[in-house]
Amino acid sequence: MIKVENLYKRFDDNEVLSGITEEINEGEVVVVIGPSGSGKSTFLRCLNLLETPDEGEVYIDGEQINQKGVDVDRLRQKMGMVFQHFNLFPHLTVLENITLAPVRTGRMNMEQARSKAAELLEKVGLSEKAGAYPASLSGGQKQRIAIARALAMEPEILLFDEPTSALDPEMVGEVLDVMKNLAKSGMTMVVVTHEMGFAREVGTRLLFIDEGKVLERGIPDEVLSHPKQERTQAFLSKVLV
Amino acid sequence: MGFWADVSDTFYRCFLNEDRYKLLLSGIGVTIKVSLLAVFLGMIIGFLIALCNLSKKRSLNTIGKVYTDVIRGTPSVTQLMIIYFVVFATINWSKWIIAAIAFGINSGAYVSEIIRAGILSIDRGQTEAGRSLGLTAKQTMLYIIVPQAVKNIFPAMGNEFITLIKETAIVGYVGLMDIQKAGDFIKSATYEAFMPLVGTAVIYFLLIKLLTILLGRYEKHLRRSEVR
Repeated sequence: MIKVENLYKRFDDNEVLSGITEEINEGEVVVVIGPSGSGKSTFLRCLNLLETPDEGEVYIDGEQINQKGVDVDRLRQKMGMVFQHFNLFPHLTVLENITLAPVRTGRMNMEQARSKAAELLEKVGLSEKAGAYPASLSGGQKQRIAIARALAMEPEILLFDEPTSALDPEMVGEVLDVMKNLAKSGMTMVVVTHEMGFAREVGTRLLFIDEGKVLERGIPDEVLSHPKQERTQAFLSKVLV
Repeated sequence: MGFWADVSDTFYRCFLNEDRYKLLLSGIGVTIKVSLLAVFLGMIIGFLIALCNLSKKRSLNTIGKVYTDVIRGTPSVTQLMIIYFVVFATINWSKWIIAAIAFGINSGAYVSEIIRAGILSIDRGQTEAGRSLGLTAKQTMLYIIVPQAVKNIFPAMGNEFITLIKETAIVGYVGLMDIQKAGDFIKSATYEAFMPLVGTAVIYFLLIKLLTILLGRYEKHLRRSEVR
């Protein structure tokens, strides 16, 4: 579904991604972990070209997307993204946040988008917030709305960039629950996170990225319990207190 | 004659005799006409120049930069006279429209900086969220960035509007009878300086005070949709 070959990305002189090759298949829940500054977020952002790779290829459904003449906007409609800081549109109500993209991209008419939004709001347990503005929501509620917004485009893949890192601890659970339900429903997901419990429970595969390379990969439980690489061990010993 | 009798006599000669107040009234009309059209043009030009300055295309950047440089680097009187006597020399449009175009071109340079700053003040995450949903750059700008920027730049735009109204006091240079020119005319006709000039100042002051109140009300209205 997504294939990445030999991905390199530099910011000025700083090489953030140093040759990543990876394949993500339909129905997988790939959890990406690693120290901060390791390049895991950049890797994720290269998948929908929020960052343009300097070298290497990104394929979606067999089509190379990081080359001239590709309609990036159309491809991005296949990939939803959920951000650490939610990035809800503060000038729009919850309902408008969700319906904006499906309507403006011509995917749905207003009526369809509204009924889709109602269905998604129910799914994330926030039906009563349809008319509210983002500023009146808690962090956990904002992130659930952000997930609903991404789902409104009916994407094939959802990318999560540290979705719970900006949340108060007591709100992490409600967001993870939504994500777990999504995973169970068969959604293909790539999740950059520090939530090892989530990785163990719903991840089908885990990548440990450090210094721009995938150092270790495997079934989450195995990697987390028996890391082979020294750097993985060092990282996990700090994270799993 | 006593002091007050003197004042009322001067007042009569300056404003009432020969219906001179009508001159000032029509001057107010000219000032308002020119200012309104100029603000409108200034916002359109300003938005376009801001887009040029924000664009990734070098050529557009250059256009925006040269425009802003030239306008900011020359006096508005000079610009007005060039537009009127050179650019529109052979075109037979109403004077006030040509003047408004000149002020719009001038204001556009300042407005573009206000708009540019307003757009840059919106968090990058907003653009990323829009683009990641599959919206085009244009749609993201139109539906996500601009509506938020408008709120932020509103006070600065109000300021620019006020500055512009006062700037129009130079339209007498191309033969338009605005408030300033009317005051000046009365001064020449009556050999009085104090009353006509202070009268002119008071009219400008009241006009701008009124505008400030209206802008303040509208800003409150804009901010009402914010739930904090």
